[in-house]
Amino acid sequence: MDELESTLKPLMLDGLNGDAKAHARLLKLLSERLRAYFGRRLSASPEDVEDLVQETLLAVHLRRATYDRAQPFTAWAHAIARYKLIDHWRRRKIRATAPLDDVADFLASETVDVDAGLDLTRVLSTLPARQRTLVEDVKVQGLSLSEAGVRGGLSEGAAKVALHRSLKLLAERLRHADR
Amino acid sequence: MQTDELIDLLAADAVPVARFTLARRLALGAIVGSIVVLLLVLGWLGLRSDLATAVGGAFFWIKAAYTVALGAAGFWAVERLGRPGVSATRAAGFGAAVLLLFILAAFAQGLSLSRPAQLIALEGVSWTVCTRNIVILAGPVLAITLAILRHLAPTRPTVAGFAAGAFSGGLAATLYGLHCPEAMFVFVALWYTLGVAVSGAVGAVLGRWVLRW
Repeated sequence: MDELESTLKPLMLDGLNGDAKAHARLLKLLSERLRAYFGRRLSASPEDVEDLVQETLLAVHLRRATYDRAQPFTAWAHAIARYKLIDHWRRRKIRATAPLDDVADFLASETVDVDAGLDLTRVLSTLPARQRTLVEDVKVQGLSLSEAGVRGGLSEGAAKVALHRSLKLLAERLRHADR
Repeated sequence: MQTDELIDLLAADAVPVARFTLARRLALGAIVGSIVVLLLVLGWLGLRSDLATAVGGAFFWIKAAYTVALGAAGFWAVERLGRPGVSATRAAGFGAAVLLLFILAAFAQGLSLSRPAQLIALEGVSWTVCTRNIVILAGPVLAITLAILRHLAPTRPTVAGFAAGAFSGGLAATLYGLHCPEAMFVFVALWYTLGVAVSGAVGAVLGRWVLRW
């Protein structure tokens, strides 16, 4: 636990200072932890695990200004993961139209696509065209943000703003995506 | 999309974050809210006619200090509760201490008065509208604060909503003091406090619905 904290916290602090590599490393390590955390708690619906991992990563990223540098990082990240899990359960209960013990569900769960996280692709397709192109250029083509911006006719500053907006929209859509 | 691809996207968006972002955002909201409340006080209620002499007396400032302190406790709690995994015990303790101190002062004043004088002090000239006015004035500040809080990461929406309401109520009550001529501890301890408390309750109820993310 202490070892995890002493690994993650410096990465978070560097990320808050604008170090993209440290930020990516942090999210990568965190995603492994989150996968285990949600996996243990969602053994009945493993297909939701990756969605929750992605939703939590988005929340961690978009709300990182709420991290108090004097606070243990793991406590902060855990509180977010826990909130997202409870939120997930709450939403599930609200639209509990499909019975949990449905036979079709049960059979389907045998062939769960381990390559999950497909929802995000679908959600991505609902973004406005310009933002989608920018996101896909960075994501799929592996272009840097400024290169992707040039392709879309945006200045670097405008590309930054557009990417941030796209991520916010993505988080919003993902949360409300019908699953 | 693979999670690793998402991480690349998020890393591309890793802009530096300033240290006091939360306090600054909330303070900015408080300034905008104060202006709206001040305009409401001026345009709707009007200043108390004896304002010029009242500011020379002690109680005008004691009353203001009390409501400012309540609002400050709320502000402090909101700044804490907007952060996951952080508690607001010290802010709550501060608010409770302020409340207790003022209520003790009110009791001391009340006990020194005769029965009929107690009732007169409690009712003042405006007991029927005081709490209501404070709650109405708190509205715009509460709306702004909840909108900001929603983009933070409150993991306890009801408590965070209450803190936002208490902050809004304290700020509104302070500016309401520019209109309201009441000058007794017992009056302020009851009706002003109630105004802040009701604002807090409204915030708590709204928080449950609004502060989801």
